[in-house]
Amino acid sequence: MPIVELTCISCPLGCPLKVETDDEGRVLSVTGNTCKRGEAYGRKEVTAPTRTVTSTVRLLGGSAPVVSVRTREDIPKGKIFDVMAEIRAAAVTAPVHIGDVVISNIAGTGVDLIATADREGI
Amino acid sequence: MEHDIVIIGGGPAGLAAAISAKEAGAGDILILEREKELGGILNQCIHNGFGLHTFKEELTGPEYAARYISRVRELGIPCLLSTTVVDLQRDRDGLTVTSVSRQDGLLQTRAKAVILAMGCRERPRGALNIPGTRPAGIFSAGTAQRLVNLEGYMPGRRVVILGSGDIGLIMARRMTLEGAKVLCVAELQPYSGGLKRNIVQCLNDYDIPLKLSHTVVDIRGRERVTDVTIAEVGPDLRPIPGTEEDYECDTLLLSVGLLPENELSRAVGVELAPVTGGPIVNESLETNIPGVFACGNVLHVHDLVDYVSQEAAGAGRNAAGYALGGRASGGAGIPIVPAGAVRYTVPCTVDPARMDDELVVRFRVGRNMRKAAVTLKAGGRELISRKRPVMAPGEMEQLTIERVWLTGSEESLTLEAREEE
Repeated sequence: MPIVELTCISCPLGCPLKVETDDEGRVLSVTGNTCKRGEAYGRKEVTAPTRTVTSTVRLLGGSAPVVSVRTREDIPKGKIFDVMAEIRAAAVTAPVHIGDVVISNIAGTGVDLIATADREGI
Repeated sequence: MEHDIVIIGGGPAGLAAAISAKEAGAGDILILEREKELGGILNQCIHNGFGLHTFKEELTGPEYAARYISRVRELGIPCLLSTTVVDLQRDRDGLTVTSVSRQDGLLQTRAKAVILAMGCRERPRGALNIPGTRPAGIFSAGTAQRLVNLEGYMPGRRVVILGSGDIGLIMARRMTLEGAKVLCVAELQPYSGGLKRNIVQCLNDYDIPLKLSHTVVDIRGRERVTDVTIAEVGPDLRPIPGTEEDYECDTLLLSVGLLPENELSRAVGVELAPVTGGPIVNESLETNIPGVFACGNVLHVHDLVDYVSQEAAGAGRNAAGYALGGRASGGAGIPIVPAGAVRYTVPCTVDPARMDDELVVRFRVGRNMRKAAVTLKAGGRELISRKRPVMAPGEMEQLTIERVWLTGSEESLTLEAREEE
């Protein structure tokens, strides 16, 4: 049976986890954790890991060359580089404000990319 | 004219101090900030994970800063931007802050109280004694962060990172996302100084190797870095001959520690602590110079901005109390002596007559520990003992002490961390 080794990040303890799965990727067991949060983390990391992506998008007509952005929620970990490809090709025109949608439904994830800083026009 | 409080620095510490000082009744506050906008280092920290304690949600640095900046604006607290403070002096009647800026030239400002909130800076290559040539392509991790995140400029394509502090880890991911190849992160110590979460999400996610007990022993290149040599180090932290490996790269990032920025503190005669590099402060976060308070990374380097904001709010309240005349100043309190694995405490002394009902004492330990306990004693008497399943040098600890424990006692306090037997 495949076994994945992880470091739990639910708290500063950093327990070393071993997650055993069957051949279809279903979790059979989580060991090495010292609390319930560790088990949940191990299950999610192996079956459906997600991350928030933060980056910058080119800014046109603004007081700075770029504006910082993030995905409003987590996206699947496997989509990080698809999300980055769209971010790197994008540009947005000032003014931009915190929470403005910069790219909607980025890389087909169903999650919007939003601005995380205010940039006025010049 | 004289201000109640002048705050030097408009980053997270200065902003939180200004808000709490205003809310505590100080009428006339001025923030001096050398950058062209408020927010300090948070503006370039575009990653998420800020504010979990304060706002119960994960914000990015600029979003966290924006919440404090809009509160400062609501309260109508004036700020001078692009203004660099160059001197601070005390005389019998108060404090003089000297600053320069393009718009105002040389400006002298009088204040009843000053809050030091200048933050810290990165340890540079010059402090490391790495042999080799001096080509372009060597950046501190924070400089690279500023170039990428604020100026939209990629400093390199093939990157080696020395030091596994959080900024180095964050930049390993950031450079990777922007298309660079990060070859490895080398760390002199046998453990990382960064948060576990960052090791997992910034290195493991992108298969970037973390080489513990390794350091850079040579840098080569004429105009630009062409390669660096990394070697393993022994328990004495000296390179082991025969373990050298070459990495072809155009960029070396350094994430090798942060130093509180205390030139102005020295100018006014503030006494500094050798361990933290920051001012020695009492329970009010006041230095040995009456009316001069300190908070945030200029006082001691933090790992979470939430704790900077909490600490700075305390400094702001106390400075307001001082400026309005209600709070006694100076005078030696009871010393808090670090023992066992505790390296330092902030504050260094506590005066039970002046402290609030509760006081948060922040500290760091000098080594990784498991199944440990933190114990506060007055003389030989134990006041409180708290278990800690794990403690690490990279994670700041805190213990809350209550005034009632100290009333009537003048014995010095000892804060000790040790493994349980």
